[in-house]
Amino acid sequence: MPTDCSTSIGQVETRHVVLFDEQNPLRLRSGAQLTRVEVAYETYGTLDADAGNAVFLCHALTGDAHAAGLQDSDDPKTLGWWDNLVGPGKPLDTDKLFVICPNLLGGCRGTTGPSSTNPDTGEAYGLDFPLLQMTDFVAVHRALMRHLGIERLLAAVGGSLGGMQVLQWATEAPEEVGHPLVIAASSRLTAQNIAFSAVARAAIMQDPGFAEGRYLAEGSSPEMGLSIARMMAHITYLSEQAMDEKFGRRFQQAESRGGFGVDFAVESYLAHQGVSFLGRFDALSYLYLTRAMDYFDPFADPKAVERLRAAGTHVLVISFDSDWRFSTAHSRRIVRILTDGRVPVSFREITSPWGHDSFLLELPDYHRTVRAFVEHAGDRIFPHAGRSSLSSGDGNWR
Amino acid sequence: MRPDLKVVADLVGRDKRVLDLGCADGELLVNLHHQRGCDGLGVDVDPDQVVRAIARGVSIIELDIDDQLDEFSDQSFDVVVLSQTLQATRHPASLLRQMMRIAGAGVVSVPNFAWWRHRFGLLTTGRMPVSPALPLTWFDTPNIHLSSLTDLEALITTECGFTVDQRVLLDSAGSPTRVRGPYNLLAAGAAYLIKA
Repeated sequence: MPTDCSTSIGQVETRHVVLFDEQNPLRLRSGAQLTRVEVAYETYGTLDADAGNAVFLCHALTGDAHAAGLQDSDDPKTLGWWDNLVGPGKPLDTDKLFVICPNLLGGCRGTTGPSSTNPDTGEAYGLDFPLLQMTDFVAVHRALMRHLGIERLLAAVGGSLGGMQVLQWATEAPEEVGHPLVIAASSRLTAQNIAFSAVARAAIMQDPGFAEGRYLAEGSSPEMGLSIARMMAHITYLSEQAMDEKFGRRFQQAESRGGFGVDFAVESYLAHQGVSFLGRFDALSYLYLTRAMDYFDPFADPKAVERLRAAGTHVLVISFDSDWRFSTAHSRRIVRILTDGRVPVSFREITSPWGHDSFLLELPDYHRTVRAFVEHAGDRIFPHAGRSSLSSGDGNWR
Repeated sequence: MRPDLKVVADLVGRDKRVLDLGCADGELLVNLHHQRGCDGLGVDVDPDQVVRAIARGVSIIELDIDDQLDEFSDQSFDVVVLSQTLQATRHPASLLRQMMRIAGAGVVSVPNFAWWRHRFGLLTTGRMPVSPALPLTWFDTPNIHLSSLTDLEALITTECGFTVDQRVLLDSAGSPTRVRGPYNLLAAGAAYLIKA
């Protein structure tokens, strides 16, 4: 899809804040502690005086804090990963909303993660970094929210791993989340999902450069393993049809060269994905974040649904029909559990040929759904929304 | 609100957990919520309607009631509503059974194909009826299983084994009407409260 910068919010800047330190360490669900947690985040738009227009974005496995706008206003390549959704007049309208996007805990894009320096040793944590759970990501999000002076979000939005964080947050503190949007996500990985992640992790850990996770200290790098992990994951992000349309059986050069090198266009694409990933992602983060997904199971907590019902939180769940990484069955499971628990829930399966990646794309049917939900959530901010609706007359923000 | 939806809302009652199949933009559910304290969920298959309902804050699930109602658990609602929809579904009998699996009560409203104006039009012109109750021509209508009221009652009771708890006859504007004489001839439609 062509990159259109003209509708973006313009130049943005990633900020950093230390949210947990020795006086106030982050206690993880596992019982382990982190004595220093720094978070990289961006914000777009202006927070209202009553702090009621805040929307929180949770990014997916390999995302970062830079969701919208340009890091360098002269370079369209620095456009944020969700710029088509977030900006002036867009479904998450930064003329009206205050949008926050941090890099998540355990990441490698400015927020503390396994390749950060361990304050106790002065070296990178490596595999000494504690295992993380979805609730730990959310704990840091909540701390950032409070740091920004926000008690309650208007909405929280996330796709894939981002949607899982939103779901965790909603089941943990539904009154804080306002309107959760859980997109192309899952409430419990299948054996196939875990298997894909297991192979990706094996590729990383069996790379000699991994050095038992001490590659930063050793000066090596599991580049081969990380790029193979990325190549394989990328296959699962696209549908068979999308790959066929993009590449078919075309050769990369005018004629086939045979042999075992890159010959088909799809091979060239995957090789490029693998290599370009190395410059922006860390192998240890890949291990820690995928592992947190494997164990995610928020509805194992019998109180989770009860809390959502008590808060009256309306959840929007969206899936894409060609997504086979987190197929519609994953979303339907969430919807079924919430419906049985009498939680207000809406669900759409969007038609799209692009597979799991669809949640990042500018699909009109998808975007109008997000817009409708968010504008109703903020019907005090969006004056045209909310007429003859469920919230009109009861004076609440539902 | 449309007069026939008001009849349906009266049959649903107060403070119920309602599943509205074919809910369009959720007008009935909004009314049930505000006027009768009901807590509702809508279902529709038309993306435009689903987005409209979401924009009103209505909880709505996009799915096809012909083959995806297994998503709902047994007796997970108090009432299932099927308003002006049964005649547009592929398997009315199995749909009725699904409704009564999901809830202990069902509210069904339908147009009456055997209304005298339909009969008269067919008899005199020899063409498929078009009326306020059946506004679209045969090739444009979504209705594939039109019936008379007698037919529908036989389906509910004899075929499916449910009981008709209440029947409200409707005129061609969808308002309740008192009919003296054979209602299968004189009523343009009806709404039923069905019990298992």
